[in-house]
Amino acid sequence: MNILSAKNIVKRYATHTAIDDVSLDIPAQSIFGLLGPNGAGKTSLIRIINQITGPDSGEIFFENEKLSPKHVEQIGYLPEERGLYKKMEVGEQALYLAQLKGMKKFEAKKKLKYWFEKFEIDAWWHKKVEELSKGMQQKVQFIVTVLHEPKLLILDEPFSGFDPINANIIKNEILNLKAQGSTILFSTHNMGSVEELCDNIALINRSKKIIDGSVKDIRKQYKSNLFEIEFTGNMMGFTNSLWTFGKLGEYKADGEMCKAQIQLTPGSTANQLLSSVLTAVEIQSFKEIVPSMNDIFIKKVSEQNSIGTQSNFTE
Amino acid sequence: MNKILLIIKREYLSRVKKKSFILMTILGPILMVGIMIVPIWLSMQKTEKQKVEVIDDSFLFTGLIQEKDIVHFDYPPITIEQARAGFFDTEYDAILWIPKNVLNGGQNGINLFYKKQLSNSAQQHIQYSISKMLYEVMLAKNKVNVNLIKDAKDKSTFTMITTQVDEAGNDKKTNTGLYMGIGLVAAIMIYVFIFMYGVQVMRGVMEEKTSRIVEVILSSVKPFQLMMGKIVGVALVGLTQFLLWVILSATLYGFAAATILKDIDMKQIQAKEEIIKIGENLDFEKMGKNNQPTEIAQLWNDFKSVDMVDILLCFLFYFLAGYLLYSALFAAIGAAVDSEAETNQFMLPITIPLIFAFGIAQTVMQDPQGQLAFWFSMIPLTSPVVMMVRLPFGVPPWEIALSMGLLVLGFLSTTWLAGKIYRTGILMYGKKITWKELGKWLFYKG
Repeated sequence: MNILSAKNIVKRYATHTAIDDVSLDIPAQSIFGLLGPNGAGKTSLIRIINQITGPDSGEIFFENEKLSPKHVEQIGYLPEERGLYKKMEVGEQALYLAQLKGMKKFEAKKKLKYWFEKFEIDAWWHKKVEELSKGMQQKVQFIVTVLHEPKLLILDEPFSGFDPINANIIKNEILNLKAQGSTILFSTHNMGSVEELCDNIALINRSKKIIDGSVKDIRKQYKSNLFEIEFTGNMMGFTNSLWTFGKLGEYKADGEMCKAQIQLTPGSTANQLLSSVLTAVEIQSFKEIVPSMNDIFIKKVSEQNSIGTQSNFTE
Repeated sequence: MNKILLIIKREYLSRVKKKSFILMTILGPILMVGIMIVPIWLSMQKTEKQKVEVIDDSFLFTGLIQEKDIVHFDYPPITIEQARAGFFDTEYDAILWIPKNVLNGGQNGINLFYKKQLSNSAQQHIQYSISKMLYEVMLAKNKVNVNLIKDAKDKSTFTMITTQVDEAGNDKKTNTGLYMGIGLVAAIMIYVFIFMYGVQVMRGVMEEKTSRIVEVILSSVKPFQLMMGKIVGVALVGLTQFLLWVILSATLYGFAAATILKDIDMKQIQAKEEIIKIGENLDFEKMGKNNQPTEIAQLWNDFKSVDMVDILLCFLFYFLAGYLLYSALFAAIGAAVDSEAETNQFMLPITIPLIFAFGIAQTVMQDPQGQLAFWFSMIPLTSPVVMMVRLPFGVPPWEIALSMGLLVLGFLSTTWLAGKIYRTGILMYGKKITWKELGKWLFYKG
């Protein structure tokens, strides 16, 4: 089941279109990555899902119901540009924000206590926010976002501003929340974390969605039958043994140890290639090179941008 | 609705708990009462009796200058040179020298030499006494009856009684000066209140925008709720401060009146008795002063004749509605800009009507029922100030009702307009905002 479906969302501002006919389906209890370069329209889309702004056309459904103000309590949002009231005490502020999300005061207090202890920040309750470091403030913001146990958690660049240790804590919390049944939508530039965390992604560029689907499928779709073989033995013998199964690409020989990339010829299988080279050299490792999300991201975005520029020229 | 209450509560408490608020609330009344009481109290202070040695070369005044509780006169038979030579060895604070030719145009030669400055009232006393005596001597010398003059003077001085007659034929005493005073004080208070708290709303909005907390809050509430919550919260802060000021001032004044000022009535009574005792004597010093108790009483009576309850109710209305009208605009400015420096270009057009209203207050007072007064007490941007100036003079009920109705419409429409600018501006960063841009925002959808 999809926890959230956006259908044909369009958002226009005076001079440009921020989102152009974008549709998304976010399956329940999964982690969904919203990717795209700066200015692609990610934040505009996230704001529409949070009902901060409204779309010019298109509809959004939350658990098959049309999105309405009552759903606010089931969504937690950590914006990219985030802050707190500087002069307010940490605990008081967290309570206030939790109550705005519809929590009862005593309930919020109890849960805050749990989270503050978990993140080892219970000593900060009466401190003013301005006395806290940026990383500390981000911890507080994260707690406030997840406190009301939202079904859908929207995190805009959640790792920016965290040091590696805290980023790891947050990453583990995200996985934890997923295990407990939450769905997480997060936007990021950090492709490493996408491969590690996301089940599904959508790539947005220039207001339009250009790819979406599960991370596994997308990577499979973009792989190009390129293999890497490490072996010891004679380079010449190895090249000869490829026959027609593959073409030698980049290679590196370091004495007896060689590493070579082989492009499989269409119609051949990896097994044919492997059994053919087995007789010539001693294989150390054999693996398929699958493109990283980072490669796909750069490839697709620059592809689209160059088409865009070309069409601009012809106009 | 519940969420608006939460916002109001936070806005209210976070401001009321501030040290600056508490300080202002306490210092305000102390300052106000202080300004009223300290001069009275100071003037009542029993200062040490000052001693003056009188060298009277004219021999007209020797032994005759009236003694007073604050000043004592001695008349040693020495010359001015002798007196001055030994001045610093004597106990005297001052030497009063009256030259010989004082009756023949030498009155400007009267000198007071002092080592310690005499109190103002002592100096005045000396001046009045001598002037009075000179006047009497002059008249007597020319065989004029002093009593005749006093009588003529008494019978020719008057204060005109002005009476307003209402439709029912009832008389109502009026006091233009008092009305001007009440109107002006009310107008100043409204003007200051709108500015002070309008700017607080603007700062609050900017704080939320620049600290970037606004996006988190807007994922829970509508922009309009956040804006209204702030405006109402700050309004309550203003009302609290105003109320506390009134209560504290009244208490302080009451306390002061019961302790420090208790003697003042006694003194006035004494003064009256003295006048009676002096009787026919033409008393210059008291001429000016003995009218005071009755004048104050008169003023108090007039004050009571003004319909203070109505004025107070109207004041509260214009106070709040005017604030609501302007604070919505201030909130819109706060949302549109990124920094305090950018506020100036937008502040000016908003403050001009307010300053203008205050500027024409003087003219309105001269002619409270004129065209100018009428129209500017109808236009919502100026009516809070201008109507308050007019009110004490009496304004027909239909005009008040119309003005109030227009003001309500006014603040509903500014709030609506401001809401549109607010919800776009609050999420817009790093963009230089122009008037044209603001205009576009009005037409953005949700």
